[in-house]
Amino acid sequence: MGAGPDIAAGRREAAEYAEAFGELKPPLGRSSALVEASRCYFCYDAPCIEACPTGIDIPSFIRKIETGNVKGAALDILEPNIFGGACARVCPVETLCEQACVREAQEGKPVAIGLLQRYATDRFLETGAQPFARAASSGKRVAVIGAGPAGLSAAHRLSRLGHDVTVFEARDKPGGLNEYGIAAYKVPNDFAQREAAFILGLGGIEIEYGKALGKEISLTRLRQDFGAVFIGVGQAAVRALDAEGHGLTGIEPAVDFIERLRQAGDVSALPVGRRIIVIGGGNTAVDIAVQTKRLGAEDVTIVYRRGPDAMSATGHEQDLAQTDGVRIRHWAQPKRFAGEAGRVSAVEFERTEPGAGGRAQGTGETYTLDADMVFTAIGQVLLADPLADGAAESLTVEGGCIAVDGDMATSLPGVYAGGDCVAGQDLTVQAVEDGKRAALAMDKYLRS
Amino acid sequence: MADLRTEFAGIKSPNPFWLASGPPTDKEYNVVRAFKAGWGGVVWKTVGETIFNTTSRYHANAHNGSRIAGFTNIELISDRPLEVNLRELKAVKRDWPGRAVVLSLMVPCEEPYWEDILKKVENSEADGIEINLGCPHGMSERGMGAAVGQVPEYVEMVTRWAKAHTRMPVIVKLTPNITDILAPARAAIEGRADAVSLINTVASIIGVDLDTMSPLPEVNGKGSHGGYCGPAVKPVALRMVGDIAREFGPEQAISGIGGISTWRDAAEHMAMGAGTVQVCTAAMHQGFKIVEDMIDGLSNWMDEKGYRTIGDFRGRAVPNYVSWEKLDLNYEIVARIDQDACIQCGLCHVACEDTAHQAISARRTNGSRRYEVIDAECVGCNLCMLVCPVENCVTMERVENGKGYMPWTDDPRNPMNKEAAE
Repeated sequence: MGAGPDIAAGRREAAEYAEAFGELKPPLGRSSALVEASRCYFCYDAPCIEACPTGIDIPSFIRKIETGNVKGAALDILEPNIFGGACARVCPVETLCEQACVREAQEGKPVAIGLLQRYATDRFLETGAQPFARAASSGKRVAVIGAGPAGLSAAHRLSRLGHDVTVFEARDKPGGLNEYGIAAYKVPNDFAQREAAFILGLGGIEIEYGKALGKEISLTRLRQDFGAVFIGVGQAAVRALDAEGHGLTGIEPAVDFIERLRQAGDVSALPVGRRIIVIGGGNTAVDIAVQTKRLGAEDVTIVYRRGPDAMSATGHEQDLAQTDGVRIRHWAQPKRFAGEAGRVSAVEFERTEPGAGGRAQGTGETYTLDADMVFTAIGQVLLADPLADGAAESLTVEGGCIAVDGDMATSLPGVYAGGDCVAGQDLTVQAVEDGKRAALAMDKYLRS
Repeated sequence: MADLRTEFAGIKSPNPFWLASGPPTDKEYNVVRAFKAGWGGVVWKTVGETIFNTTSRYHANAHNGSRIAGFTNIELISDRPLEVNLRELKAVKRDWPGRAVVLSLMVPCEEPYWEDILKKVENSEADGIEINLGCPHGMSERGMGAAVGQVPEYVEMVTRWAKAHTRMPVIVKLTPNITDILAPARAAIEGRADAVSLINTVASIIGVDLDTMSPLPEVNGKGSHGGYCGPAVKPVALRMVGDIAREFGPEQAISGIGGISTWRDAAEHMAMGAGTVQVCTAAMHQGFKIVEDMIDGLSNWMDEKGYRTIGDFRGRAVPNYVSWEKLDLNYEIVARIDQDACIQCGLCHVACEDTAHQAISARRTNGSRRYEVIDAECVGCNLCMLVCPVENCVTMERVENGKGYMPWTDDPRNPMNKEAAE
């Protein structure tokens, strides 16, 4: 018998943590930004603009960087996307703007739009200036549920339009996944809080922390007290694994560990296993795998039930995992978790193969991997119960998402929703667009 | 293997690449480094009156990622004693007898000054002298340099003095800061110059510091006009070199100067009539080593083209340099877009739509962009080809219209021709 799981803090030299959890991609300095900006062709009807969910006029902001008009560049970004700073860091640009860049077609090397966006927004945010002003008061009050990118995007736009906004946030900090979920090396140096402070600096937005929908607040009550309501609650529940032994200690949702890591003042104090298994194929799987590796785990293996093309983690993310020494095993699904004294010690996987409709089907053949910790990253789901609070009218939920129309209006009059709780790409940039679009529609609704 | 040796106004050098009179040829140390790097010759920085320089002397125009697209200076002639320059020049020539060493001179516009300095430099072992009638800043305000070069009578007079008081070949360096380069060139030739060299720098203000509101380069809050050079001035130089070559024929020795950074620039100067070329800014930007590719590149290109010597292609473009009225009005080209090469940047469309002839349509089919030439509207101006970032994506294609050569001078639409016919 072994001596139980090998789980320990401080696996690396103290000095190594700062680098491991520092900037993933170093920001551009002035001269490299100018050289990179000069690569932009200033396209007519530029494909990159269309590829940005928030429709940032990318050629325009890049030209402004080139001419030294950094404020103009930053406003080209922040006007359509108030989270331009976060998006510059976390957007999968290789599947959005940079994929559409004509230089990608020409030479396989797009203009580094993400890094240039970061250059412009960082330089501007450093000035501490507040570029937006609120319109004359409408006298209307609006409730926003959730202080993540969708909620704060909606709140910021609503406040600019002259409405007084109250944001109800279940946790004790704003930022949503930017604060609690995104991998630490993508948004280091407390960026999520600095950006939230900038957004709230507009004024007209009150945040009540520790107010969760279905507990401290109810939709019915908010609809009574406010002129309109925006729901940006994200996907608060994790999808469960029902394999045998899933209740053992040492198996937990990846998002829970990431949240602890993001909130840890000192990551070196965070205990991590020597052998890690991650189950899933999305960006969260890569995030947990890379971060546990960087915490000092020796063997980190991602096991995914289908092939590399089916993984929702982008190619860029898969590369990052492999560069960091994470092993990715495809075509296997967990069959049974084995444990000792109530703690997980190994996972038995069943090999899979492509089945009907691209789904994985078990082959019956198995193998076992030892593990000190197992993380599940098989998706999050909408916590639907708090939405239905016994009122006569209830919100329509379809396929695990709040149903909305093109204006982000839900089935309930005056109630809008956006971000991860509605259908669509689960990206920060999409959440920001949802919030913005909802706010514009809510403004019309409030004034009608 | 191409033979790059040149004989220019009687001065021999192993290749046509000389360093122009300027900071790179200020002293023995630099010149020896240049010769070690392979330069065929130098024109030693201008000597003459005692002068004093400012600090802060240069500035540059950056363009599109290039740190020095244009360059300016407000430096004056050599600030070292004549005796020191002559001693060093002599030592260089002794150690490097096969390389060309020409000494640049500038003194006030009175014969005794020229007689005096020429006497002093007569035994310097220099291969020739270049008289600096071109410097547009600092010296011109004292009645020297461009102040002389801008008055053809003075050019001829100074050239005559120089020829009268030296046995060495005399190269007259011309200023571009005039209306017609042929006037001072003719004057130099009338004065029996052995060669002309051009262009000297263009009088200019390279920029303004928007914080201090001082022209650049800034000297303690103030700026003076300077001499502009570097890649940006090559077109000005090519035209003036070509004008002289066309007017005075292939026998006229011309040393081409202005915007030469590569063997291609040099070959273009030579095609327009230059026998040697002089380089300054490019060396100041990247050091003397650039001459390696100049030699190698020119040599390879000559081999490829079957030119054995510089003389085989020198001046070849001059007969094709004609006045506008001799251009063929029946020549017709239209733009063609290679749809497979197109990256959908739309620059051809917007350039034509906004600023030219609305001859490129923009269409979207199933989300993808397609830009097509409307032949009936295309005037063959080349703009789309020039703005397209993809090589050979937009090309100009000859339209065979069966019409023969018809210049404006023969065109029936020319009112002058109508009158003649009547």
